[in-house]
Parts: sequence; C-alpha cells; structure tokens
Amino acid sequence: MSSLQQAISFLSGTGMLIALAVFVLGCLFHVIRYIGGLDAKKDRVAYGYHADRSVPGIFASIFKWLLPCATAGWRSAPLTTFIFFCMHAGCVLVPLFVAGHVVLLKSALGIEAGLPMLPLAVADVLAAVTIAGVLICAVRRLVSPFQKALTSGADWLILFLTGAPFVSGFLVRVCCPDSAELMLVHLVCGNLFLLLAPFTKLSHIVLFFMSRAQLGMEYAIKRGGQTRGGVFDW
Amino acid sequence: MEGNLCNSRPIDTEERLKELMADKGGAEYYKQMESLDVDPAKVMDIINSSMTSKIKTWLNNCAHCGMCARACHFWLTSDKDATQIPSYKIQSTLGEIIRRKGHVDAKFMMDAMDTAWGKCTCCNRCGVYCPLGIDTGVMMSYFRGVLFKLGFIPWEMKIGSGMHRVYHAQMDVTEEDFVDTCDWMAEESAEEWPGLTIPVDKENADIMYILNAREVKHYPNDIAETAILFHIAGENWTVPSSGWENTSLTMFAGDWEGCKMNTQRIYDAIKRLNPKSVVGTECGHAHRATVVEGPYWCGQESGDPPVPFYHYVEWVAHALREGKLKIDPAKKLKGPVTLQDSCNYVRNHGLGKYTREIMSYICEDFRDMTPSGDHNFCCGGGGGLNGIGRYRQWRNVSLKNKLDQIQNTGADLVVAPCHNCWDAIRDMFEVYEIKTIKWSFLKPLLISMVEIPDNIEHVTE
Repeated sequence: MSSLQQAISFLSGTGMLIALAVFVLGCLFHVIRYIGGLDAKKDRVAYGYHADRSVPGIFASIFKWLLPCATAGWRSAPLTTFIFFCMHAGCVLVPLFVAGHVVLLKSALGIEAGLPMLPLAVADVLAAVTIAGVLICAVRRLVSPFQKALTSGADWLILFLTGAPFVSGFLVRVCCPDSAELMLVHLVCGNLFLLLAPFTKLSHIVLFFMSRAQLGMEYAIKRGGQTRGGVFDW
Repeated sequence: MEGNLCNSRPIDTEERLKELMADKGGAEYYKQMESLDVDPAKVMDIINSSMTSKIKTWLNNCAHCGMCARACHFWLTSDKDATQIPSYKIQSTLGEIIRRKGHVDAKFMMDAMDTAWGKCTCCNRCGVYCPLGIDTGVMMSYFRGVLFKLGFIPWEMKIGSGMHRVYHAQMDVTEEDFVDTCDWMAEESAEEWPGLTIPVDKENADIMYILNAREVKHYPNDIAETAILFHIAGENWTVPSSGWENTSLTMFAGDWEGCKMNTQRIYDAIKRLNPKSVVGTECGHAHRATVVEGPYWCGQESGDPPVPFYHYVEWVAHALREGKLKIDPAKKLKGPVTLQDSCNYVRNHGLGKYTREIMSYICEDFRDMTPSGDHNFCCGGGGGLNGIGRYRQWRNVSLKNKLDQIQNTGADLVVAPCHNCWDAIRDMFEVYEIKTIKWSFLKPLLISMVEIPDNIEHVTE
C-alpha cells in the first residue's frame, strides 16, 4: 500500500474516529462547562424556578430561530437569512447523510442498521449551495463596510474550516472521483473540521442551543414571562 | 493615580458629593480620569470574579454577522457607522480588555466608558435580533459595573450613585422632604377633593406606592395626581417614609452595591408596613431596578419581589378594567394618539398589553408605532444617557430614530408612562423644533377624563 493509500486509510478509519471523538467530547465539554458556569445570582436569572414558563421559553427561543422568517430578526434581513439557511442546511445534512459518509460511518463505527442517505443529486445541490454560501459570506466580510469592521481572524478560520471540506468533497464527487490526492485533501479538511470545531467559533454547533436557551429562559423567568402571557414574540 | 474627584471609590459622604458637584460639568473630574491608573491584575480580578459562562459564551461566540446593527437606534441614526454596531461596541471594549488581559491604559478605558454610556442605552433590543441570542445590552450593563469599580464612569453617573448612597434618592431629597411634600400635596388637594389624604407609613394597606425623587423635588403635582386617582378609585393605600424612592441611578451607573441598597430599602418598607402589593410610578427603569433585577440583588432566590409589585400602567389597566376608574366618553382623546413604551417595562417586563388596554379606554384614535411592544425602539435617552452632558450631541442624534417613529404615526400626542422617555421626547421636540406634537404622562390625562363617582366630593370653583 502506498503512503498515500495508507494516509487515506488512516484518515477514513482510526483518524476519523479520533477526530469524531474529539468533536463529540469537545461539544459535550462545552455544554457541561456552560451549564456548570452559570450562576443564578450573578446572572440574575432564577434558573431553578418557574419551569412552567422557562421550558416553553427555551423551546420557543430555539425552534423559532431554526425556521426562516419565523422571527422578526430573520424577517429584518431577508438576504442574510436566505444565505444563512442555505449554508447551514448543507452544513448539517451533507456531512451526515451523503452516501459516501454513511458508508464510512457504518464501517468505522460498526453500525449495521441502515442510516438515511441523501439522493446524490440533492447532496450535490446542497453542497454547491453551501459552497456558494461560504463564498458569499467571505465576499461580504471583504466588501461590506460594517462586516469588515467586525471580522476577525477567528471568523476567517471557521469559514475556511467549513468551506474546505465542501470544496474538496465536491471536486472529488463531481470532477475527479478517482483522484487519491484530492480524496486525501478532503479527508484532511473533514478531520480538521471535526478536530478544531470545539476549539473555534464552530463550537456554536452546540453553543447556539445554549445561548438561545439562555435568552429564552431570561425572557420567560424574569423579563415578562409572567406578565406577557405566553412566550416572547421573537 | 486616584484623584480627589475621580477615583474608584463610590461617593458615600455628603461632603464628597458636594465637592464633586461643585466641579461644574465634571471638567476637573474628567481631567483627573486621564491620569487614573489601570491595574491589569485588578481589572482581571473584577472580571474573573463576576463573569459567568453566559457572558463568556456571548463574547466568544459572536459570529460577527452584524444582524444586531439594524436593531440599534444608534447605528440607524449614525449613517451606518460600523463603530455603532452593538457587536463592535462590546467586542472593542470588554472583549478587547479580556483579549489584552487587562493591559489597557486610561485613554482606552475612557473610550470604553464613552461607548458603554454614550453609545448604548442597554435597551436590549439587539439581543432580540441576534440569531445566537447574544444580548449586548446585558453585557454592556455588566461592563458598566466593571468600569464603575475602576472609576471610569461619567461624572453625572458618579453623582447619581452618590445621591442614592447619601440621600437614599436619586437627588437631594431627604425622607423629611418627602413626607413634607406629601403633607403639602394632601393639604392642597383636599381643598378640591375633601377627604383626600396621603397616608404615610400606614400598615396593612392594599397598595404601598413608591415613586421618583424628581416628582418630589420638581413635579410635586404628580404626587397630588396619584393621590386623586387613588382617592377616586377608592384604594386603601400608603407611602413609606423610608424606601419610597423607586428609581435607581445606581443601576445606570453600574453601582451594584448601591443597587442592592436601594431595593433593600423598599423591601424593608414592605416588611415594615406589610402591604398586599406595591405600585411604582410611571418610570421604566425604576420598575426594572426594583421588580426585574432588584429581587436578585436582594437575594430573593425565586427572582420575585416579596409581594406582588406593579408598574403604574398595570394598576391603571386594572382600575379601568374593574371599573374603579371610569372614563367619561365625552372626554376621551379624540385626536390621533401614540404611545411610547419604556424598554424597561415592555421588552424587559412584558407590560405592552396593559398600556394598549389603557389606550383602548382613553383615546378614540390610537396609532401604534412601528415597530412596537416588545420590539419597540428605545426613546434614545434611556440607560442614563439623558442625564450625561458629555454625550448630549450623540444622544440628540439618536433621538431622531424615535422622532421618525412618532411622526410616522401622524399622532399629535405621545403618551409616555416613563420619566426617561418623557424627557427624551420633550428634548427631541425641542432639538428638532417640533411644535405640533404634545407629550404626557398618564396621570394628568386620566384626571382630565375620569368620571367622579357620586360618593366622592369634588369642589370646583
């Protein structure tokens, strides 16, 4: 086996499992650290009280923001919303359900049960849309005056970490299915994403749910949950 | 170097307070601030001992998407100035201090102070528009607390905090002054309303009423109006001789210790007088300080005040609904009327349905602003900004957003049940020379249109 093949074999086997473990444990660590780091008195939120309204508040705060146009925030910025949802749909669905990944996961994790797979055409479209989304985000960060003022190196890093596996994977799938070199690049990029996600702003993969739950709870517990008569109208 | 005027010690004696006030406009105070030491260890100690995972995560996880920009009245009125984006404002101040591990100088801290008080009113609207649920208003309010401990706070805020600590009120109104004013107003009002009283320190009343010191000092008629409306409504009420001040410039100043003192005085009055409920005057931040945040400062684990606690608009809505106050249909407001809800009681305490209920009783042509309710914009002068001379021009620019909202309704009257909003509206009409729109608290409007029950004697000349 050539060194190239060995590298591919490692990164799609043991290497990927290590990266996956870092990703899962890292995400779990973020959740535990977030919850453990809260302080009802300092935060001025009675986390342990009023579950009758805080639980609905959490769910409304998370799920309304998972639907395009369901919140005033999304409706206030239609273009951003469109790009956001297109990009995130691909980011979530393609890595998990594209046929090649499902097979890989099955063999690496020893799962026998059938996992759902995306039809190839759908996966291609989603991947293309995600790549376009990453590019648009990059261009906006370069061109838009206020995005330029906000953008930091950490923002560029997560755009790269997100875009690289998609671009390399798309090239493997569409242009050069037999290129071992390109496959190696794709595997390196994919594993880098998993390895670095917990240590970069990609941690929003789980912290999105924490911070959304946080504000949902705050509005439900102290900021009018009792008087407003229902959950906050996001 | 700590100055005699500008330093990290809160004002806690009348002598120091008067010395600071004698420095007109804070000229010497700000000059001394330029030489104030910034000890990195102290900065990080304050932050590390007070910052929880909530604010850490909000700071670190901001995607810098800029969606908060459109939510901010400062950005909207700044010709899209990037430095007015909420995310930029907190990242370039608190975020930068943490990144530099506290190694910043007095110049940096003064710029941070200008941002914390001059470019944010802590209205919390940006948090409502952030996909990640990051509330920059909460973070900026927290950051004000850090700056307060280090001595970098605007002159007026230092004075405001000192007033609360020295006089137990936001201005130099003592408890004796307050009781005297109540007696005076009761005496004057009783001529027109025989039997009207302002009961002080009455135990077991249904309502303990608390108010804003400037009503005592500058607008004593507001106390008379309160008494008249309670009298007409037949309420069993009282005011406490101690713990009557509902407002909290300490909250605006970031003086958390002072915040606790204010609220605790009110809660002590509750304990002493045992009222069934408390009603606070038409003031947004006072309500937030006492009802929304106050319970936490005073160690109420459930986050609730010790007894049911209502903003004045809740009492009015209830009184109208229950028929305690009845509006004479002939005297309802006929012209177009709009409403300015305070961020502190609407977005931060969900009282928008009560104010709209009130409007349905008192006017025939109510025109809500767009956006409104929980999504309403700050008046432009909240968070203490109205009172800070250093940022007057910045505030005047930001007022334009609310002025546009008001003018777009076509209303010729703005009802503003909040002292800060009332001031901001008065000032914006002056700055932008608007002569055709009036503004008002609820109390005088209600008195002008309420029906007087048969059992209430009313002497008219």
